[in-house]
Amino acid sequence: MSRVLLMQGNQAVVEGAIAAGVRFYGGYPITPSTEIAEGMAKRLPQVGGKFMQTEDELAGIGTVLGASLGGMKAMTATSGPGFSLKQEMIGLACSAEIPCVVVNVQRVGPATGQPTSPSQGDVMQARWGTHGDHWLIAVSPSSVPECFDLTRRAVALSEKYRCPVILLMDEIIGHMRERIELPDNYEGLEAPRRKQPDVSPENYLAYAVTDGSKVPAMADFGSGYRWHVSGLIHDETGFPKGTPAATKNSQDRLHAKLRDHEDDIIQVEKYKTEDADVIVIAYGGAARTAYDAVDMARAEGIRAGLLRPVTIWPFADNAVKEAAQTAKCLLVHELNCGQYVREVGRAARGLVPVDLYAKYDNEPATPEQLLEKIRESAEKIKGAK
Amino acid sequence: MKQNFRFSGTGGQGLITAGIILAEAALLDGKLAVQSQSYGPEARGGSSKAEVIISDEPIRFGRVTHPDTLLVMSQEAADKFSGDCDGSSLIITDSLFVEEVRAKDARRVDLPITHTAREACGKPLFANIVALGAVVELTKCVTPEALERAVLDRVPKGTEDANKKALAAGYELAKKAGGK
Amino acid sequence: MKSMEELVNEYFRPNRLPHLWCPGCGNGVVLGALLKAIDAEGLAKDDVAVISGIGCSSRASGYVDFNTGNTLHGRALPISTGLKMARPDLNVITLSGDGDCSAIGGNHLIHAARRNIGLTLVVFNNSIYGMTGGQYSPLTPQGARATTAPYLTIEPSFDILALAEAAGATFTARATTYHVPILVDVLRKGIRHEGFSIIEAVTGCPTNFGRQNKLAAPAMMMEWQKEHGVMKAAWDKMDPAQREGKFPIGVLSERTDLKEYTKAYDEIIERAQSGKEAASA
Repeated sequence: MSRVLLMQGNQAVVEGAIAAGVRFYGGYPITPSTEIAEGMAKRLPQVGGKFMQTEDELAGIGTVLGASLGGMKAMTATSGPGFSLKQEMIGLACSAEIPCVVVNVQRVGPATGQPTSPSQGDVMQARWGTHGDHWLIAVSPSSVPECFDLTRRAVALSEKYRCPVILLMDEIIGHMRERIELPDNYEGLEAPRRKQPDVSPENYLAYAVTDGSKVPAMADFGSGYRWHVSGLIHDETGFPKGTPAATKNSQDRLHAKLRDHEDDIIQVEKYKTEDADVIVIAYGGAARTAYDAVDMARAEGIRAGLLRPVTIWPFADNAVKEAAQTAKCLLVHELNCGQYVREVGRAARGLVPVDLYAKYDNEPATPEQLLEKIRESAEKIKGAK
Repeated sequence: MKQNFRFSGTGGQGLITAGIILAEAALLDGKLAVQSQSYGPEARGGSSKAEVIISDEPIRFGRVTHPDTLLVMSQEAADKFSGDCDGSSLIITDSLFVEEVRAKDARRVDLPITHTAREACGKPLFANIVALGAVVELTKCVTPEALERAVLDRVPKGTEDANKKALAAGYELAKKAGGK
Repeated sequence: MKSMEELVNEYFRPNRLPHLWCPGCGNGVVLGALLKAIDAEGLAKDDVAVISGIGCSSRASGYVDFNTGNTLHGRALPISTGLKMARPDLNVITLSGDGDCSAIGGNHLIHAARRNIGLTLVVFNNSIYGMTGGQYSPLTPQGARATTAPYLTIEPSFDILALAEAAGATFTARATTYHVPILVDVLRKGIRHEGFSIIEAVTGCPTNFGRQNKLAAPAMMMEWQKEHGVMKAAWDKMDPAQREGKFPIGVLSERTDLKEYTKAYDEIIERAQSGKEAASA
């Protein structure tokens, strides 16, 4: 049985987390993500989980990492200023391979910016926010039902690949209410847990890779497998090792464990792209404008399509390259001054022009505004190829 | 068919709740709906705005750029949020608060919404529900059954009867005005 | 009680020695006292977690054979807090230095104390940032020299136990690396205490505090601890003039009337599951 509800994106994240088996949340309230904290405060104890409102953003993610070491699926949520504050801990989660989900409901920045207005200005920070080379996953929902599904997926990916997963939302999706159909019972929706050791405690090396996945098995603290977690560069024992070879080996594996599984990790949605001359690339809340604009362009005879990266990081190189081979022009639409467009340009390798419709004035673009840009792009490529 | 609604007024008039109720009523009728709101600094005491799109088809872009129906319950909101209405728009005002709207060619219906709430239910607090009754009577966007259920699902226990009265008063108000 | 050699064999991880502490450093004494306390309390190694921040003392977590973490500068308490929430059955012992705990992690200290969460916090107070070469910390005495205070510090120092007690800590105690039996005793009591406990272990850094402050010989630092640490019972009878420059050691405050945080949270779960609070999504 299921129930049809009008639900906010932030609330759907809460339900997705509960369904996935998240049982710990630590965080600090911040607009426009606060409904997630409020929802978790109410829902977690109902299912035997625990919620903490921490003294600051750093403690929020700190408690999440601690709970994850204890074997719980754990999550935090924040927005721009808090996302900046959480970056050091995100690095620890990358280095020590501690599963966690960090929701960032983006607002206009930098600094306090516009706390209640939508933006996608943290898309690069989601990839490169913490210091040092590192690899992680970011996914971005475009609807309320997708908030539910992608939260579950974020939890599953973080457990499977032992890395932080950023659920990169924006204020549009976080605060919008729309129809969602939720099962009455979340049985069977739980995300699989991290891989457990298949050796005895005496033979357990915390960061030894025993199969082709390049992801080590992770024992819960207190389960009889005593191991050491460290943010220093470490070898397969988990203890610090500072040699050039140990440093390189560590970085290589942390990269490979995601790169080798990009087919599993990367998801894109293609909307009317097969015969499209102009392919719009948009994600999150901005993609909602793009669906309508593509339909309006089609109605006036422009062959337009939409490529929507659902997985934001790692970048969907292959899908963008394919789009650059089949279309005559790519048009990136994002709610910032132009960030993701740089990656699109790199992946398109000069095959086609890459145009940008950057919107950064507190308001989402209307379909009419984006249509105008599609017309301009279509006009430019007339006679090309 | 797609219908765009914008409810605007002053923070505290319950217009965001009204928007949510309308969207929930549309779902009860088996339609699709998207609801959004402005969360500006003005949401604390200043102007507030809730938008609802009701449609049989999937709704992508969730903001209203051209309201089919605009409800305005303060003069400041009328100044701020009526600029993108035109001759095809219906503007419903609370006559207690609103003198002028910017879209001169829009169809305009002035109703004593807050006054009626006070008369019918004893409190101006019910103005948002009176307004909902009026909006639904004038637009037929959802069925009265769905609206009543959506209202009763949302409001605090113990206030059901007062809210039903408010709805009825809203329908009545619009029926009287609708003929003109 | 076991000999130190037996304790090393029992609790130190093979192949993790030698440690990185300097000759004459007091950190090994504090860690030894902690192992004595854990052993005397009869805790199983699987049931102990030792979480540290960053700094000389925080390296201790890597040497000992428990569930251990050497985390981020200042952040040992939040990570310990999350772990305790996930596993209230674990004895979570947090190791932190004076800078780690009172400067960059100061906010976490007061809030862990306020919540009365059942962690045992051991603050290795060597009055200096030792690992990075001798910069002053909030616990460096006013008027001392540091590489970042070449003209002497003008900042008053915290009394970290008074700070923690004011914030709500239900167990505060202090000892020094000279007063080892007392240190072991207060660590045992701190571990046994159900709520938040903080034990300040006054320890010497001859290399980076001593050399800058005319206390370069480790024995001089021990002498200083011996002369300045006063048992609580004697301290209570001293007048302000006698107390000048000295500090009390032993258990300084203890209360058991307040509920430990994870136990209090269990009541939240009960309340939520009893359906008294709204249960809809």
